[in-house]
Amino acid sequence: MDRRRFLGVTATAALGLAALSTLPGSPDRPEKNGYADPSAEERRRNRFLDVPLVTHEGRKVRFYSDLIKGRTIFLNFLYTVCTAEAICPLGTANLVEVQKILGRRVGRDVFMYSITLDPKNDTPQVLKSYARAFGVKPGWTFLTGEKEDIERLRHNLGYVDIDPVRDKDPSQHSGMLRYGIEPLELWAGCPILSRPDVIARHLAWMEPREGMSNRAGGGLY
Amino acid sequence: MAPRSGTTGSAKDKKRISRYMQEIRDIAKAGLSRRELFRMGLVAGGAGLAALQGVRGFKPYWAHADNSLQFRSPRNTPFVDPLPIPPVMQPVTLNPSPTKGPNPVRSAVTGFPEAGRPDHQRWEQFLPVTMYESVEKAVQHDFYPDIDGVPPSTVWTFVEPSTGSVGPLRIKARYGEPVLHRVHNALPTDNGGFGINKTSTHLHNGHNASESDGGPLHFYEAGQFKDYHWPNVRAGFSKNIPESSWNGRTVQGDVLETMSFLWFHDHMHDFTAQNTYKGLVSLYTLFSDDINLDTDDETIGLRLPSGEYDIPMVIADKVFDPGTGQLFFDLFNLDGMLGDKDTVNGVIQPYLEVKRRKYRFRLLVGGPSRVYEFFLSNGQSFLQISTDGNLLPRPLSRRSMRLQVAERVDVIVDFSKTSIGEKIYLQNRLEQNDGRAPTGKIIAPTDLVEFRVVGDARDDSRVPAALLDLPNRNVPIAKKRSWKFDRSGGAWSVNGQFFDPDVFSAVIRQNNAEIWSFESAGGWVHPGHPHMEEFQILDRDGKPPRVEEVARKDMLGVGDSVFGTDNSSNARIFIQFRDWLGNYPMHCHNTVHEDHGMMILFNVVA
Repeated sequence: MDRRRFLGVTATAALGLAALSTLPGSPDRPEKNGYADPSAEERRRNRFLDVPLVTHEGRKVRFYSDLIKGRTIFLNFLYTVCTAEAICPLGTANLVEVQKILGRRVGRDVFMYSITLDPKNDTPQVLKSYARAFGVKPGWTFLTGEKEDIERLRHNLGYVDIDPVRDKDPSQHSGMLRYGIEPLELWAGCPILSRPDVIARHLAWMEPREGMSNRAGGGLY
Repeated sequence: MAPRSGTTGSAKDKKRISRYMQEIRDIAKAGLSRRELFRMGLVAGGAGLAALQGVRGFKPYWAHADNSLQFRSPRNTPFVDPLPIPPVMQPVTLNPSPTKGPNPVRSAVTGFPEAGRPDHQRWEQFLPVTMYESVEKAVQHDFYPDIDGVPPSTVWTFVEPSTGSVGPLRIKARYGEPVLHRVHNALPTDNGGFGINKTSTHLHNGHNASESDGGPLHFYEAGQFKDYHWPNVRAGFSKNIPESSWNGRTVQGDVLETMSFLWFHDHMHDFTAQNTYKGLVSLYTLFSDDINLDTDDETIGLRLPSGEYDIPMVIADKVFDPGTGQLFFDLFNLDGMLGDKDTVNGVIQPYLEVKRRKYRFRLLVGGPSRVYEFFLSNGQSFLQISTDGNLLPRPLSRRSMRLQVAERVDVIVDFSKTSIGEKIYLQNRLEQNDGRAPTGKIIAPTDLVEFRVVGDARDDSRVPAALLDLPNRNVPIAKKRSWKFDRSGGAWSVNGQFFDPDVFSAVIRQNNAEIWSFESAGGWVHPGHPHMEEFQILDRDGKPPRVEEVARKDMLGVGDSVFGTDNSSNARIFIQFRDWLGNYPMHCHNTVHEDHGMMILFNVVA
């Protein structure tokens, strides 16, 4: 076997192999009137709202341009006086464990965000005490803002209920954790009370592993 | 969390409360003072527990408002393009030859190595006879006809390197001829907006070994291939029914477990909805000429319509971005995604020229979430011969059929009494407005396919009065288990538990028979799907199953409007776990639910 040829092959490089390029697909996109060329940058930007928010440290930020764009993130909604089923505090405690597992990656190439559903009560100061009480480390930002902006954000991110009465109850929106690798447009979600190491593994499963040889990704057989 | 099991004052409750308290202790350990807990209204005298008590008996009724469709797809001109007929894959000689363990040699076609996997079970017993090869690849595809001016979308699909055929493809397999399907993952990292380039190809309803099942956690990376061993052998062969006979022919396993219509699709963990919606779907029809039954030849065996008159149709609803015309996926939908364009084999509203004779149409609802009810526009009935790809005991005349995601029916449609020039439509008339469930109302039709009657053709096919009896259920039941599909705090759960890849929710002794009951909370419709073996429905809501469910099935819908406008919140099934070992999932086949944790794993052990 020509080892040199194969050693140079990675997941993406292999796509250029002659054998594959003879397959159909990837023809030039014909010009069609009236439709914009799909631009990844525009699609990424349009996916999120760029609403102004305030961090638990009092810093003013824009949701998409300052927090999400180009990053690998975890995101959830909560409110500090949440008692129903204790999902918020249990979820926060759970994410503290996730933060420990991810270790130094958090704040460097992984960012965690918790957005309050109750901006009236959850001022930056309250969020700061809440974060401190749970032992939250840097790289995990709690966010508040104008009620209207947060409501728009909540809807945009799918934290909504078909029943309008229940939709008004913030406790109904605190059980899901979203995670994503924004530049690769990879987005998924799981229950926030999944085991912390399982949550960390969900991220690992999503991350690209080009050039990996002869090993299964998930591998739970 | 507080699972809503509905039981009260039980040991289960105590366990729940003690777990809750443990979690509170963990919070405290994480640095939260008692005063702060109190400030949060959490504990300090049991406020948290009171909150817990308060939610018992609470009936969840979650939904994602207005199913988040913020725009409408571009208009399409109907019935311009013909229905694509899935190309039949051609057997190849694989290089390198397949091996029992992961292949040590890279593929001559792609240069990819084989992904890690356990050895094939029963490899020597079922050495592959027929080999197929496909490459998962990004291609440009037109869902709309040219005259609409909508640009093609990037889809991901199975492409056959030896022929250049593009999916949905079709494998025509035969009992007694084990198949080896080599699937290369050549998907790009750039996903064009959704989907992930890691895959696991599940043969839906395949009675296959765990390592060839294509479960969600058995995925591999772009730049690898994997050999799937599909032995095409009938259940029961290893122990309780080593041999059986039909039409005077004796074969391995139980002839009454003969299948006919399966499909394969990507099953990547967290991304099944995105990747299948993006196009990783193909068909697998399994013929039983070994017992002279379903032969792919209308002059022998059952003599069902065959060849060009046997046409599979994958029906799937989609949405297209009105700005770019590109296939769109709503990434933050949790309830179930509904499209406003129905595609059939990848084309919106195609036509099919038909002759005045009988056809066998194999209808598959491809998901992600919509339930369909099929009608013919001329009021003609379908003659249903199978459900979920399994021949019924006898054909049923059906004016309409309601199908959950992943359910299949094979129907005979007889055009012999129509006139040349006539147009007949395959229609969906079921109202569904959100991911929760259809309303059950039969509304004005949406035309899916236009059948144009163009001429006459010889018809040697017949529809016999009897097809295939049901397998014996009179075997000892080793265990009963219940699965309750639910939603807690906005997250999907089964039995109040969230999906855990390290936990087997059931450990099952190989060759045992069990009774499983399925329940849906709050009216949500959940099409449950256990891998590995099909099953029979024992009862629904305590009553015997309706005649169309007296069948072998691999899908079980529970929830609102499974029939009519009624709720069927629970059903019990008889299921066996024969011949193979290893782990398999059971999950909701609303793939959006599935991707957010509505799944358990079970492990079959010796």
